[in-house]
Amino acid sequence: MTDRQRGSEDYTNRARSGDAETHEPHVHARSATLDERRGGRGQTSEPTDDDPAPLAIEIAGLVKHFGETKAVDGIDLQVPAGGIYGLLGPNGAGKTTVIRMLATLLQPDAGTARVFGDDVATAGDAVRERVSLTGQFASVDEDLTGRENLVLLARLLGYSRAGARERATELLDAFGLTEAATRQVKTYSGGMRRRLDIAASIVVTPELLFLDEPTTGLDPRNRNQVWDIIRALVANGTTVLLTTQYLDEADQLADRIAVIDEGRIIAEGTPGELKASVGSGVLSVRLRDPARREAARDVLQPVLDAPVVRESDPAALSARVTDSGRVTRAFEALSHSSIEVSEFTLGQPSLDEFFLTVTDRSGRAEAAAADGSEGSGSAEGAGNAESAATTRTVATADRVENRSGNRPASDSKRRSQ
Amino acid sequence: MSNGPPDPDVEQLQLAVSDSPRPSRPSAVSASLTFGWRALLKIKHVPEQLFDVTVFPIMFLLLFTYLFGGALAGSTDAYLQELLPGILAMTVVFITIYTGVTLNDDIDEGVFDRFRTIPVWQPSVIVGALLGDAVRYTIASTLVIVLGVALGFRPAGGIVGVLAAVALLLVFSFSLSWIWTALGFVMRTPESLMGVSMLILFPLTFVSNVFVDPRTMPGWLEAFVAINPVSHLVTAMRGLMHGTATAGEVGIVLLLSVALVVVFGPLTMYLFRAQQ
Ligand SMILES: Nc1ncnc2c1ncn2[C@@H]1O[C@H](COP(=O)(O)OP(=O)(O)OP(=O)(O)O)[C@@H](O)[C@H]1O
Ligand SMILES: [Mg+2]
Repeated sequence: MTDRQRGSEDYTNRARSGDAETHEPHVHARSATLDERRGGRGQTSEPTDDDPAPLAIEIAGLVKHFGETKAVDGIDLQVPAGGIYGLLGPNGAGKTTVIRMLATLLQPDAGTARVFGDDVATAGDAVRERVSLTGQFASVDEDLTGRENLVLLARLLGYSRAGARERATELLDAFGLTEAATRQVKTYSGGMRRRLDIAASIVVTPELLFLDEPTTGLDPRNRNQVWDIIRALVANGTTVLLTTQYLDEADQLADRIAVIDEGRIIAEGTPGELKASVGSGVLSVRLRDPARREAARDVLQPVLDAPVVRESDPAALSARVTDSGRVTRAFEALSHSSIEVSEFTLGQPSLDEFFLTVTDRSGRAEAAAADGSEGSGSAEGAGNAESAATTRTVATADRVENRSGNRPASDSKRRSQ
Repeated sequence: MSNGPPDPDVEQLQLAVSDSPRPSRPSAVSASLTFGWRALLKIKHVPEQLFDVTVFPIMFLLLFTYLFGGALAGSTDAYLQELLPGILAMTVVFITIYTGVTLNDDIDEGVFDRFRTIPVWQPSVIVGALLGDAVRYTIASTLVIVLGVALGFRPAGGIVGVLAAVALLLVFSFSLSWIWTALGFVMRTPESLMGVSMLILFPLTFVSNVFVDPRTMPGWLEAFVAINPVSHLVTAMRGLMHGTATAGEVGIVLLLSVALVVVFGPLTMYLFRAQQ
């Protein structure tokens, strides 16, 4: 079984079962030693290690304000070289702003950011030698063809005329764009554009690759392909800093994750550590007959000794549980009561839950007051808070639509600065 | 591909990840030429953008020759000898604002983010665009001159004189364009950029010696015309086309061109880096 197949099975299985822990590590070596060495989930990841692991990114007190908006409001972060680091956060958290500063596209207002030791503010040219960026919105020339875009970049990166053509062909083949190679990019679908954009970012293999929501708007197959490319790059020694809205993706790919909200880092650690900090699992029950839901709830509540939540699905219930013994008893109780059950799953706490818990904790009320326009992401998230484990695919589909619809607004936002 | 079977296998993906060492940086000239090539590709794919360089020159030449010719110089034929170099200068100087507009569009497209994150000599992005524009200016110049000759323009300086005049015009336009590139970063929309550019261009082109002899103007206006760079350009071009140019006339245009680049070149690059 190839890795890509396993990847897509994970995707579908996990969407149903919510069992976040069943998937295997992927082609790249998960840096377990690194996790062990660093231990704990220190808020700002103090380097407690004796062995000074080379750092790909070192951020201290980074600040960027746009007028009243505190897009980045004092961030400290250390990203070790090698592997994949995830930057996770709701809409408007400041992820893109951080990445743009690291890629020398934005000057920080305060604080420092170093990439392999070079300061992005003062040694931009040295930084550009080592990094590459796939931005949140495609940065390719819409008027040119896919091939022309790649040849252009290869030439600018120092390839000879013939070398550039060869490299372009190689990339077009690998990304399944050969047929569309001679068409203008403006005729490409969203997924094709995204793939071309990523291809353009790896014409020369960068030491550090920034991927700002690389799979937003991609179908599962294309998403898996992008994941495979990311893993292939990492296997080749590239460090990847990835932002994403999909917790699933962070969970699958990232060695470590920083959760960012309102311009600050509110949690940092391995996916496992973050999930463990939520502490409990989720029991999901779906009934054959929605009419029996209240009856089922009455049966479950006393056995579980925890609030049983009515899901938006009229046939579904869920509850947080800490004691798996109670789950067994709950199942028995339901069987005895002759309520027919179509699904009964106990999920590990998912990253979704973690995410919603921590971003909630950091004060939604304040956020809503401060920035009404960006609140939609969390509101939408809250809808599936209790059912994170079972409705993941639905949530994903929502996001895709939402995000692609966002584009013009975000573009004008960019310019309106 | 999203609906077909071709699963790009993992092997092919490995191929996408180049493990050959990074080639060394292209030279400033090579990078500028590559960006110039991009501008030409854009003309190839969007030929509509040649509309302005074809319609403007023809319209200007016909309009001004027949509208003013009889009244100002007695006959259109005599007027054309004086007017054509001026019209040529004015047309091309007008077209230079499209450089800023194109740049402004580019910034919107996001492709600029990519250019700003690759390690090339950064001004080459702009220099290349301006080189591409030089092709447009050449097209416009050719049109004006061919049409002018058809209407009776007979330059005493011959082909060499005409070519020298066009070359001088290209140098000046290239230099002047740095004003628009700087503005292209400051202005938020192509529309506002056009507005501001017109505000600068109208006095620059009309309050000059293109149409009338400055001696017929009131003193204060004559003073402005005398320092207007476009006046100097037109004087030098007339001289070159009619074989009477002095080194001083040409020299001052070259000096002005250098000054424009020295001031607006670094300003553009500063804005390029600061652009968010
Ligand atoms: N150029 C700009 N001018 C003004 N405000 C900006 C600019 N760029 C970002 N912002 C604001 O800064 C905040 C953080 O934006 P940023 O794009 O970094 O968020 P994000 O985490 O990438 O969000 P998303 O998930 O929606 O992409 C937002 O409130 C946004 O409106
Ligand atoms: Mg973003």
